[in-house]
Amino acid sequence: MTKNLLEVSNLQMRFGGLLAVDQINFSVRKNEVFSVIGPNGAGKTTVFNCISGFYKPAAGSVVLDGVHIEGLPSHAVAEKGLVRTFQNIRLFKDLTVLENLLVAQHSQIKTGLLQGLFATPSYRKAEHEALKNAAAWLHRLGLTSVANRGAGTLPYGHQRLVEIARCMITKPRLLMLDEPAAGLNPQEKIELAKLIDSLRTDFGISVLLIEHDMSLVMEVSDRILVMEYGRAIATGLPLEIQNDPRVIKAYLGEE
Amino acid sequence: MSNLLPQFIQQLANGLTLGSIYALIAIGYTMVYGIIGMINFAHGEIYMIGAYIGLVTITAIGVTAGYPLPLVLGGALLVSVAVTGLYGFAVERIAYRPLRGGPRLVPLISAIGMSIFLQNYIQIGHGSRDISVPALVSGAVEFQLAGSFFDITIPYSRVMIFGATFVLMVALTLFIAYSRMGRACRACSEDMRMANLLGIDTNRVISFTFILGAMLAAVGGVLIALAIGKLSPFIGFIAGIKAFTAAVLGGIGSIPGAMLGGILLGLVETFAAAYLPAEYKDVVAFALLILILLFRPTGLLGKTNVEKV
Amino acid sequence: MNQDSNASAASLHTTTTSISVAKGKSLRADVLGKNLKSAFVASVITIILTTPVLGLQLKMVSYKVVLEQHWMPVWLAATAVFVFQLLRPIWLVNRSAIKLPSVPDLNAHRQKAIIQALLVLGLIFPFFASRGAVDVGTIALIYIILGLGLNIVVGYAGLLDLGYVGFYAVGGYTYALLNQHFGLSFWQCLPAAALVASIFGFVLGFPVLRLRGDYLAIVTLGFGEIIRLLLNNATNVTGGPDGISGIPKPTFFGIEFARKASVEGTKTFHQILGVDYSGSHMVVFLYLVALALVTFTLFVTSRLIRMPVGRAWEALREDETACRSLALNPTKIKLSAFTLGAAIAGLGGAFFAARQGLVNPESFTFIESALILAVVVLGGMGSQLGVVLAAILLTVLPEVARGFDEYRMLIFGLVMVLMMIWRPQGLLPACRPHVELPK
Repeated sequence: MTKNLLEVSNLQMRFGGLLAVDQINFSVRKNEVFSVIGPNGAGKTTVFNCISGFYKPAAGSVVLDGVHIEGLPSHAVAEKGLVRTFQNIRLFKDLTVLENLLVAQHSQIKTGLLQGLFATPSYRKAEHEALKNAAAWLHRLGLTSVANRGAGTLPYGHQRLVEIARCMITKPRLLMLDEPAAGLNPQEKIELAKLIDSLRTDFGISVLLIEHDMSLVMEVSDRILVMEYGRAIATGLPLEIQNDPRVIKAYLGEE
Repeated sequence: MSNLLPQFIQQLANGLTLGSIYALIAIGYTMVYGIIGMINFAHGEIYMIGAYIGLVTITAIGVTAGYPLPLVLGGALLVSVAVTGLYGFAVERIAYRPLRGGPRLVPLISAIGMSIFLQNYIQIGHGSRDISVPALVSGAVEFQLAGSFFDITIPYSRVMIFGATFVLMVALTLFIAYSRMGRACRACSEDMRMANLLGIDTNRVISFTFILGAMLAAVGGVLIALAIGKLSPFIGFIAGIKAFTAAVLGGIGSIPGAMLGGILLGLVETFAAAYLPAEYKDVVAFALLILILLFRPTGLLGKTNVEKV
Repeated sequence: MNQDSNASAASLHTTTTSISVAKGKSLRADVLGKNLKSAFVASVITIILTTPVLGLQLKMVSYKVVLEQHWMPVWLAATAVFVFQLLRPIWLVNRSAIKLPSVPDLNAHRQKAIIQALLVLGLIFPFFASRGAVDVGTIALIYIILGLGLNIVVGYAGLLDLGYVGFYAVGGYTYALLNQHFGLSFWQCLPAAALVASIFGFVLGFPVLRLRGDYLAIVTLGFGEIIRLLLNNATNVTGGPDGISGIPKPTFFGIEFARKASVEGTKTFHQILGVDYSGSHMVVFLYLVALALVTFTLFVTSRLIRMPVGRAWEALREDETACRSLALNPTKIKLSAFTLGAAIAGLGGAFFAARQGLVNPESFTFIESALILAVVVLGGMGSQLGVVLAAILLTVLPEVARGFDEYRMLIFGLVMVLMMIWRPQGLLPACRPHVELPK
């Protein structure tokens, strides 16, 4: 068994003639929270998109638990256990919170067309299971009361939680969160940090995180990668990164 | 064997003529799509309206009254271009502007409704049957090599189409490249919001785009009516789809693409009609459209876009 | 805290309203002045636009083209536009005063109950209505079936299919051809028609479903037209422009509704019952067959939208990117919607062929696609009840307003535009089902 859940090697992405991301190398271990930070425009989301199959990288490889996934379409990557959230919350806004959680279990519900049409016992059992899973997550996040409300009517912080729950309900191995703390108030950020930590301990998954909020990053991360202008400038433990002169220069400029 | 070359050149001329018409209409589609990302489904009917207004003007001036041809023709073109341009403006204001910013399906359905409305509106005014157009421009260019089968006849009306299109294409290219409004158009099609923030009156630019597209389509309509000799309210639908195919072929959003696509489609269709049963030539255009969208949706001159997530 | 802010908001609102009422009187004169100019401009534009179409009408008189002058429509149009533009801003300001007829809020349970009530009504209807009315009812039922099918594609999955009529045609011609070559009956051909149509849906859908919204619309339009053109030109197989005729009507467990049996020795309906032959027997029977098909379609579509596949359609319509991030394969999901929608169109087509007795390409033009699309859009995309009501409305209204035959399509186009401006979500927007969570 490979020690690393995710290995990214020599990742490169081009847009036309523009080299957006180059020479990105890092790995995420099992049960680890790994953060990618850097100034705006550093290419963090581009890296995310390359890993999760939304972009086809120009070069390099992405290996998930020993299996190459670079170049695979995004839904295939998700099927292999790598799911992600987006900078702009992409909930199904007109569907209810519950429906969002049910849809996410689509690939796990294996009943066929005819079984559904005639509501066979196996179909009803599968639906019941899915409902129970959704209810469990709603309960865990304290959102049971809004189960039948349109997902778009929820306050922003709750929408974020639903988005994460939606990812988790697919039983992933690696969860990628793209700026989950954006737009949250300090209380919500504390809750988020606790949630991310619990995902690692309670579900045994790894979390790959893009984030700007430094206190959140320092608190939850096991390791950090710093990017600037499409390249990696430092990798290491939170304390190391905090004191790395290259990182300080990237964020604050030369003194 | 010696028939092949003259036949080829003959077909080439026909193809270029047809292609010119497609190019004129296609520009309207491509400009509107480039600027507000919408397929103006009613544009084909605008072309048809242009043709009808031209005929009304010609009839009104009165062919037999002995007015010189350039006057009648020029008058018809002028009136048609002006009024059809106004139609383009009105359609946008009434059916599309109130819907801007909403889900994409909504203006498309409105456009379909507008297209049906316009087609039936013309039928109420002018009837649904074919109407003949007086042959104002008669005569043809003839090439004939004595003592051989080399014989090409290109009617002046068709030469006029190609000539007018050529002039208009050049003028349009220069206009878009060098004029203030042309720059504004280009800015808006790149980034509407930014253009707005920079002080460009985007509403005016959008209206201008619709008016210009309608005017060009009107020229095509009048000239083709004269060349073919008859009109019906149903020519807009097919011509519209084919012109849209041409715009996509050349790269939707690109004006030189629309010109290129139009000419190419005209040539392909003409040569296909020469070798396939006539009824299948429409199928050729549709099939071409599907093939392009499947294999090269950005068209010949379009840029490949990576969808930003 | 909430109650306080509500109270202060309310008092603020009252204050603002009273200010605006006071200003309103002087505002109105001001507003009128400005509007006068824009109304005048608008009416001049209307005159310019309508003169070469309505004012000077082209007529052919013994091979010559002449212009007939009809200035009344021009003045009428100009006046209407003038008045409308003049009063529009005033009307806009006072909008709250004028209550537009609002559509009652109907949740999922009520909608289902209404549909069931309509089905019962539909069952009783033919026995009390005139033959003509039953005939119109049958046509409405066909459009309900087609609307429900397209509703899956457009309303649920969000795929704009402008070539739906193609699958309708395939269904009709499948019955016609199977009957012509193999002598199969209506009931035997019905599932075949659905199957063949769904195969067409799959084959045509497969390459194009990854296209974006408006491109997909045009390509499907192209497919619909290609199918019609092929049917029109493959004369050896499809009968060309004349189509295929002599298609038999459906039977009731083998019993025909004709005057005389086509097979020697068997009895027809009226003979078995011992009554005189009447054409209305067949009309009512056809209606009931259509009603059965509608019931079947309603059942199938209601089940589908509650199943995982239906949820996936709606999720896809909302946000394809999010779907992909959750391991939902967009192409497979779109394909399922497209194929099932096509199958339903096939059912409708087979019945249409049976009722008409013949099929030809003229019945399957783009206008049909637009009409079915209008049913779905006007009804409220995704709402079954909405589709049913819209289909009935769009079928019955033109029959009732027979005098305006000429203007039928004109009004149709206008209604489409107005609906998009006034109420794009349709008459009855779909509402989300309320699900009880397990404890």
